[in-house]
Amino acid sequence: MIYYPFILLSAYLLGSVQCLYFHIGETERKCFIEEIPDETTVVSHYKVELFDVRTGGFTPPTPGIGMNVEVKDPDMKIILSRVYSFEGKISFTSHIPGEHIICLYSNTTAWIGGTQLRVHLDIQVGDQAIDYAQVAQKEKLSDLQLRIRQLVEQVEQIIKEQSYQRFREERFRQTSESTHQRVFWWSLSQLFILLVMGFWQMRHLKSFFEAKKLV
Amino acid sequence: MIPSNKNSLIGLLFLSYCICLVKSIELTFELQDKSKDCYYENIQKNTSTTLEYQVVTGGQYDVDVIIESPTKEILYRQVKSQFDSHTFVAAVTGPYAICFSNEFSTFSHKLVYMDLQVGEEDPLPGIGEQVTVMTQMETTSQDIHEYLNKIIDYQTHHRLKEAQSRKRAEDLNHHVALWSATETIAILLVAIVQVYMLKRFFTEKSPTQNQYKSMY
Repeated sequence: MIYYPFILLSAYLLGSVQCLYFHIGETERKCFIEEIPDETTVVSHYKVELFDVRTGGFTPPTPGIGMNVEVKDPDMKIILSRVYSFEGKISFTSHIPGEHIICLYSNTTAWIGGTQLRVHLDIQVGDQAIDYAQVAQKEKLSDLQLRIRQLVEQVEQIIKEQSYQRFREERFRQTSESTHQRVFWWSLSQLFILLVMGFWQMRHLKSFFEAKKLV
Repeated sequence: MIPSNKNSLIGLLFLSYCICLVKSIELTFELQDKSKDCYYENIQKNTSTTLEYQVVTGGQYDVDVIIESPTKEILYRQVKSQFDSHTFVAAVTGPYAICFSNEFSTFSHKLVYMDLQVGEEDPLPGIGEQVTVMTQMETTSQDIHEYLNKIIDYQTHHRLKEAQSRKRAEDLNHHVALWSATETIAILLVAIVQVYMLKRFFTEKSPTQNQYKSMY
């Protein structure tokens, strides 16, 4: 990606709008799933605050506390796993399309349960992840050129999504065909088994009754 | 990421002073059985906010959703809902809670997608500020941009629908395989047991049981 350095540079500017937050326990683990096409950049910002018992509010944690971030690709291979500080930015580019799992958990070594953590999180995918202010500045684009650049990025995203859609459609079709095959062959084999069993039962019982002199 | 240069340090400082004005976030998360997940968002007064959600997989594809204002007033409540979209205007500034609850479900965990759009989309730098009337070229490109956004939205919906169906198909495939194996075993067992039982009815009282046993 040509724009990669700019995404990196603009990281902290983008981070300024992180505002969705949730609470997790210190020992808990929170995962999010991003279903994305290949070659798509995902940028995520987060900030952790610690519950303060004295004030009843949330304060920035002591420097020792960090977050473990783990990103898994659709084959469950870990493509990113490291410890960040309590505030940071994660960025990765997908290589295979599918469900990427992003997990966050604190690196606390402490007690069971622990205190509450407030995590501010923001995840941007594909063209959303691009900071156009930075692009304009770096490449000296006029307003209109910048607009066109944005349109190009959007169209690229749509194309990626569509080719991914095809990929998934194929998988879907394979599943359906497999189901079809299984149902078909199984109904045949079930019929066969029933016939064989019925035949065997009859013959067996017949010879049995004959031997018992009941018939 | 640990700030390593001056720029990012300034950025970091800048970050802590910024308030959220415009935001759109899409999240897909797993909702465990008997659990409740809440997300909070600081929303400025008079900002229009849209929440969209859909249960992608799990159980009966339903979830309880509640939106609560900072004054603990319930703005929206849906019980066992599969998907919906709700738009509201914030009456007060403060943290709004969006809660997804799976408390009624004892064993099925669910995958929930949510899209939260707060306020309008950020204008491109430089474009929102100009006072002159936009040229036709600019208006057109603005329109194209909005249309593309719509396309992306539709794609997302399509993707979710497809994911839902695909997962259901995968489940079905799995169940068919499992069930056919079980039933094959069941047929064989029933057939053999049937014969065995029937034989026993006739042989039990017989004093010459051993004689017939040797026959088979």
